[in-house]
Amino acid sequence: MRYFILIAKGLGRNKKRTLLTALAITVALFLFSTLQTFLTAMDGAVEVLGDSRLISRNAVSLIFPLPISYLEKIAQVPGVADVSYGNWFGGEYQDRPQTFFAKFAVEPESYLRAYPEVTLAPEAREAFAKERTACIVGERLAEEFGWKVDDDVMVSGTIYPGDWNFTIRGIYTAKRGFDIRTMLFQWKYLDEGMPPGLQGAVGFYIITLADPAGAPRVAAAIDALFENSSAQTLTETEKAFQEGFNVMLGNMKALVTVIGLAVVFAMMLVAANTMIMAGRERTREIAVLKALGFDDGLCQRLLLAESVTIALGGGVLGTVVAKVLYQATGFTMGGWFPAFNVEWSTVLAGLGIAVATGVVSGYFPARRARRLRIVDALRNVG
Amino acid sequence: MAEKIVEISALSKHYLRDGFDIPVLDGISLTIDKGDFYALMGPSGSGKTTLLNLIGGLDRPNSGTIRVAGEEISRLSSKELARWRSRSIGFIFQLYNLIPVLTALQNVEMPLLLTKLSKADRRKRALLALDIVGLADRADHSPRQLSGGQEQRVAIARAFVSDPAILLADEPTGDLDAASAKEILILLKRLNAEHGKTIVMVTHDPHAAEAASKSVHLDKGVLTK
Repeated sequence: MRYFILIAKGLGRNKKRTLLTALAITVALFLFSTLQTFLTAMDGAVEVLGDSRLISRNAVSLIFPLPISYLEKIAQVPGVADVSYGNWFGGEYQDRPQTFFAKFAVEPESYLRAYPEVTLAPEAREAFAKERTACIVGERLAEEFGWKVDDDVMVSGTIYPGDWNFTIRGIYTAKRGFDIRTMLFQWKYLDEGMPPGLQGAVGFYIITLADPAGAPRVAAAIDALFENSSAQTLTETEKAFQEGFNVMLGNMKALVTVIGLAVVFAMMLVAANTMIMAGRERTREIAVLKALGFDDGLCQRLLLAESVTIALGGGVLGTVVAKVLYQATGFTMGGWFPAFNVEWSTVLAGLGIAVATGVVSGYFPARRARRLRIVDALRNVG
Repeated sequence: MAEKIVEISALSKHYLRDGFDIPVLDGISLTIDKGDFYALMGPSGSGKTTLLNLIGGLDRPNSGTIRVAGEEISRLSSKELARWRSRSIGFIFQLYNLIPVLTALQNVEMPLLLTKLSKADRRKRALLALDIVGLADRADHSPRQLSGGQEQRVAIARAFVSDPAILLADEPTGDLDAASAKEILILLKRLNAEHGKTIVMVTHDPHAAEAASKSVHLDKGVLTK
């Protein structure tokens, strides 16, 4: 602590440079936190899903439907406790078409049975089941759009053409893992709006298992049931289903990682370069300190401490701002993730990177300070 | 018999520059008593600053011995030498070499950071040193807010604040106007006469040398008188 004054004054020597260097590290660490959270959120979205539910969809692709007639057959497969179904709707909310959120047409009662993690008021549950144009929305979505129960919402179909009018009958909450930025409405409303030839099409079935251990057997039994039909099924656990999405995003994930890390690395180099320059300007002072009796190791530690302080300052700002900002704004990356929270482990990793940056960028000026010969330094500048 | 504070024997120093061996000091022997005020004189390149650096442990000789304040310093490791310097030597440079981001008081306090003194004691001693050089009222001023003469006085306070055995001054008036130079020489004389400080001052200025009680001349690395 007795040398604190030297470190503090050293940092304040060129306030603008110190601030800009710390800010460069702030930006780098903010980016790192965002990137890391993106990756953990992707993995986390999978992890919270259990193996107690299966998703059955068209074996060719998710965009091809399955007939509604499969419902009864799937329900009869041994090990199946319950079956629900739904369709991805797409569509744009008329008032804010640029803002994306997921919309699903589902069978209300069986869907809410399949997802007990969803909490909905009894009257809302009843209205959702009975009224054809009723919809329920997640609390975050309602908050974002300022929606209340009984508000009317119009959505323009993109996959299913036309304007679709809904009345919000409930706002649901949910435990972690279930998206609270989603809109759910009656599958029958969608089905009745379709031309006769296209009716009875289901995007996916949600199968609740009597025993999660039986998942592989039940999935195989369902797929075997429709093996010789025109619409074969691909049944997998909800977790595997989500992972399938993530695999499709795999290249993007790698690309984002590489670009992000390159930016972080570039900013670290900028910081290191600045610190080396700052160290070089101190040649005379280091020589004077040594002449006064500061030993080589102490001079080295003083410069390292300055460097680590700048980097750690920037790191704390970058990581903590990311954590607070994403939490306070309820950022979901355009609704892609149910939650986008910077974990404390990410903050700690960021601070670790900041300290490492401080040590690495301070290493060369500190080593130079250690090796500096007093007479040479004083001769060069005097 | 006066106590010897510097004992130099057969001291030689040469530098290698671009493959050439350049002799700077050639077999110098010199003794300085405690309480002396010595002027090291000589033309530019005569080796006087090199000799001062060797006495202060800033550089190492190629041969010979230097005993300063009871320590054979040519045998000390770099760390031991630094510790010895903090205890035994106070440096006064031609260009003052104050740390610009620190106040006058903080600059003077700097050598005391290496002692075990408490913060309050460090401050007290630094203020006392500033008072001795007549700058107690400028304690909170930064070097930029001081004149050259005042900066050098702060540097002198920094040099003696830890009560070293010897003060080494390298052209302390070389960057000052005549009036300021005179003040600095008076101050050095006072430190020598009233506080008993041993001072070795490098100068090429005969007027400055008059302030000293003894003087030696160097020419081409050899003591001439």
